[in-house]
Amino acid sequence: MERYSGNPNAAAALVEPNQVHRDVYINQDVYKLEMQHVFTNAWVFVGHESQTAAKGDYFATQIGDQPVIQVRHKADDIHVLYNRCPHKGTKIVIDRQGNTGKFFRCPYHAWSFKTDGCLLAIPLKKGYEGTDLEKTASGKGMKAVGAVKNHRGFIFARLAEEGISFEEFFGDSLSSIDNMVDRSPEGRLEVVGPPLRYMHHCNWKMLVENQTDTCHPMVAHESSAGTAIKLYEELDLPEGAPKPPAMEIIAPFMSPYEFFEGMGIRTWPNGHGHTGVNHSIHSDYTKIEGYFEAMKAAYGEEKAKAILDENRHNTVYFPNIMVKGPIQQLRVFIPLAANRTVVESYIYRLVGAPDELTARTAMYNRMINAPTSIVGHDDLEMYERAQEGLQSDGMEWVNIQRLLEEDEDFTEEAVHNGTTERQMRNQFNAWAKFMTYELATQEAAE
Amino acid sequence: MSVSKDQLIDFIYEEVRMLDEGRYAEWLALWLPDGHYWMPLDYKQSDPINETSLLYEDLFMLKLRVERLNGARTFSQKPKSRCHHVIQRPFVDEMKGDCFVTNTSMHYVETRLDEQQLLALTARHELALVDGNLHIANKRVDILNCDAAFCNIQLLP
Repeated sequence: MERYSGNPNAAAALVEPNQVHRDVYINQDVYKLEMQHVFTNAWVFVGHESQTAAKGDYFATQIGDQPVIQVRHKADDIHVLYNRCPHKGTKIVIDRQGNTGKFFRCPYHAWSFKTDGCLLAIPLKKGYEGTDLEKTASGKGMKAVGAVKNHRGFIFARLAEEGISFEEFFGDSLSSIDNMVDRSPEGRLEVVGPPLRYMHHCNWKMLVENQTDTCHPMVAHESSAGTAIKLYEELDLPEGAPKPPAMEIIAPFMSPYEFFEGMGIRTWPNGHGHTGVNHSIHSDYTKIEGYFEAMKAAYGEEKAKAILDENRHNTVYFPNIMVKGPIQQLRVFIPLAANRTVVESYIYRLVGAPDELTARTAMYNRMINAPTSIVGHDDLEMYERAQEGLQSDGMEWVNIQRLLEEDEDFTEEAVHNGTTERQMRNQFNAWAKFMTYELATQEAAE
Repeated sequence: MSVSKDQLIDFIYEEVRMLDEGRYAEWLALWLPDGHYWMPLDYKQSDPINETSLLYEDLFMLKLRVERLNGARTFSQKPKSRCHHVIQRPFVDEMKGDCFVTNTSMHYVETRLDEQQLLALTARHELALVDGNLHIANKRVDILNCDAAFCNIQLLP
């Protein structure tokens, strides 16, 4: 176990072109290295701006294992601060969201801070006179993360002070978020309600990989999607009769391999990628009255069509979120330990679009991603069996070589057969890159 | 035919017994065809349609859920889960004509392999007398810690 502590190179060596060593999933020291390097050097999703709509609104979450607060400081200025008092370490907020007014006040000794983190006041401050408090980190206030970027309402942060720029990190992959936002006739999304929260006793990367795993739906979900189709056929409804909503949402999971092959997978540099280049399981949803008309009025017919013709399935933003544009959903895979992950599934309302779209989104979320969802049960069973199976000493490597090509270059955008595991390899390539990012930067400087 | 308070209370006891004993065909037969089983995600949630819920299922979904439990390739039910309800005597809150409302506090235990979880919940039943028999028109289950991160809940509270 000792060999990984403080040694990101040893962790990066667990990734080979066609396989990864099981320690990336089961070793707690590797997990700690991920938190210190991957989740520090990468740009990580924090929250949506509508979760902190008014001045003083805050939202508490975590970046990797770091507790942070997203807070609205001014009308167009959102900050991300570490959620600890610079004095004794007390968490400044403990509820998930709220409004703090003009300042944060630590409940322990009443140190107070402006909503950009700057120290505002300390009771009985004369006790610090002549002690050079202002020269310490504690005297400066609540610490901010290294960098924050609001991209069309989605707040991302980089913990590291220096590092890759937001634009370079995401590049053209932002087109999936853009398409989701463009689906609102007003170009604006609003979060709807709290997220589903689903505890998984498995490594967070298994969940991220599953987002572009197109060879599992017809197998792992036969129990739910296959049974849905069987029940529907038994109903023997007359032609043209409305289908039960479950058929539209769940049945496409049983699509054959050829469907998923033709769907296509696109990969972008730095570990991002998506399924559903040409079509997807979301392509054949029923039209909702009034929606296209609203889009046409906002964008003109041609552009409205172009926006809605995009039916990307799952877009993975490395390291730990997935976005589903056609149903306005975002899932965050929050790593709690090597073998523990909490998944939070958010939905958004397309501002200016009919309510029926929100209803479909809410239905998708509960049918597929709830701890009470039969489709969720299918998936979690596989992850947890994998987490347990990897304890086996008989084999130490996990295979990721479906449709592997010689000398794969992940620095270029590429489109491939929809059943390739290239996106999983792309993620691990980025994982090794950001695991050793500081070392590579140091070497380049020398 | 009129329905007594005791009959309503007995109905609720019978229902959870069916669930505990896995008598799902009988349980499904309790439902009116347009009924919904709702399990809110948010404390005091009022909208089942335009916000996420844990469950909001029509009879097709409930049948699918029950059918899946016995599927040959339902791997999350190999081995099967078991459940157990301990219920307080239901409050009968409304008796209007052939429509009735009850509220019942319960402790619900679900287990599989080495894991067991306990949920505290309140079930609100809308019952209706149709063709001389009591049926479930709608059922709402509020879990006390609905905002917690849950592992699988595979059976029905």
